[in-house]
Amino acid sequence: MSKLHVTTSINGEPVEFLCEADQSVLDVLRNTLGLTGSKEGCGTGDCGACSITLDGRLVCSCLVLAPEIEGRQITTIEGMAQGDHLHPLQQKFLEMAALQCGICTPGVLVAAKALLERNPDPSETDVRYWLAGNLCRCTGYDKIVRAVLETAADMRGAA
Amino acid sequence: MTDIRYLAPRTLDEAVGAFAASQGAARILAGGTDLLVQMRNGAVRPGTIIDIKKITELTSIEEAADGGFRIGAAVSGAALAEHPRFGRVWPGVLEAVNLIGSTQVQGRASPGGNLCNASPAGDSVPALVAAGAVVTVQGPKGRRQVAVEAVPAGPGRTNLGPGEIVVSFTLPPRPEGSGDAYLRMTPRTEMDIAVVGVGVSLTLRDGVVAAARVGLGAVAPTVLLVADAARALIGSRLDEAAVHAAAAACRAACNPIDDKRGTIAYRTRVAGVLLQRAVAIAAERAGRV
Ligand SMILES: Cc1cc2nc3c(=O)[nH]c(=O)nc-3n(C[C@H](O)[C@H](O)[C@H](O)COP(=O)(O)OP(=O)(O)OC[C@H]3O[C@@H](n4cnc5c(N)ncnc54)[C@H](O)[C@@H]3O)c2cc1C
Ligand code: FES
Ligand code: FES
Repeated sequence: MSKLHVTTSINGEPVEFLCEADQSVLDVLRNTLGLTGSKEGCGTGDCGACSITLDGRLVCSCLVLAPEIEGRQITTIEGMAQGDHLHPLQQKFLEMAALQCGICTPGVLVAAKALLERNPDPSETDVRYWLAGNLCRCTGYDKIVRAVLETAADMRGAA
Repeated sequence: MTDIRYLAPRTLDEAVGAFAASQGAARILAGGTDLLVQMRNGAVRPGTIIDIKKITELTSIEEAADGGFRIGAAVSGAALAEHPRFGRVWPGVLEAVNLIGSTQVQGRASPGGNLCNASPAGDSVPALVAAGAVVTVQGPKGRRQVAVEAVPAGPGRTNLGPGEIVVSFTLPPRPEGSGDAYLRMTPRTEMDIAVVGVGVSLTLRDGVVAAARVGLGAVAPTVLLVADAARALIGSRLDEAAVHAAAAACRAACNPIDDKRGTIAYRTRVAGVLLQRAVAIAAERAGRV
């Protein structure tokens, strides 16, 4: 049976791939395109480890069908650092040890970046609600929330 | 090997044509936050997936000259929240839509999907029932309009005919002195399913309730319009007796399940409590001092 041909943009680069109609974007990212930064924690929208942006909107890539991204703009965790230059959120997560096993971290970073782009000065409550769909089994969340708040403060200072 | 097809028609006529031609083997895809989960766990195996998000009428929000709103069925919660006016006119409907899932889920989940998934606990539905929203449906036999509360038939089932697609929700113009609210009870504040959900819409004139509607979720096989609760409120000044009578009407309307998230007795009692709280918020928003 014939596969679908999809042309899209991932982290600013044009990308083409073949997929089945019912494959998820997460599946294509990881298993067709080798972009394994996005993780599969659940496959059902609960954990947020697969978070990406689709035309600038934060979504779970496990709940988007691959053919849906024809002609759209995707960003993944792989697009976050510029070469060797880490994004301030990535740097802060390292400095503040806001991760342990790291499975949730790509999704948390993608989600936190989307928050700071919309709201450069979030309250702790804003951060906690925004990240409620990013489950972390290790950190207890506190270090994650603090790292996001500190990054926001740094970025406001630098702006 | 399953041979699933994916279609993303640009017109409603094409979508209805394909949906009707599939003879029940196709599924409509809006945000996919229910459908993809159901496909993954094997509960649903569509032969064709018809993505309706390329159809402008399904993804647009319009404010009419008379102040009414038309919301495309596939508009995401995030897009509705970004509308500059909608949340000011219908804060209760917006908060109900925005309670659906996480930020990520909000990026995709639609009120049309919430309604058509027909969960008794769908959060947007009681608020849309309270708002008096009318659903425009298009199928092989043309267009029809139906009240929101007439769409669900039971858990996971709707009264839509073969090939019918929900196109949009029309919310009536809002008279001066109106307010709405939606409250749900969940064991956790986020990422949880309602044990009870109550939507209330009120219009006050000189402190007297001129119009009221109450929608009740998660306590019966379908979301309910509780006309007796509205009747108890209309004509009153929202005095204690009237609000208690409305709460009693909500409790009487309950026919809930008993499960780990809430017993029958608990759900029934909470329905009355949430009604009172939602009335207070709606009244405040309506401008009662
Ligand atoms: C992590 C997570 C958390 C969630 N939390 C909540 C919550 O708190 N509250 C809640 O109410 N729900 C919740 N949900 C369920 C779901 O997100 C909502 O029901 C959502 O509104 C579904 O909308 P959708 O656009 O994604 O629907 P889809 O998945 O695209 O569609 C749902 C069903 O409706 C049909 N359908 C969709 N649109 C139409 C249409 N226009 N005409 C005819 N049929 C149509 C589809 O074929 C499918 O059967 C959650 C889901 C997830 C994954
Ligand atoms: S893998 Fe997508 S939300 Fe868990
Ligand atoms: S660091 Fe292990 S799940 Fe978050």
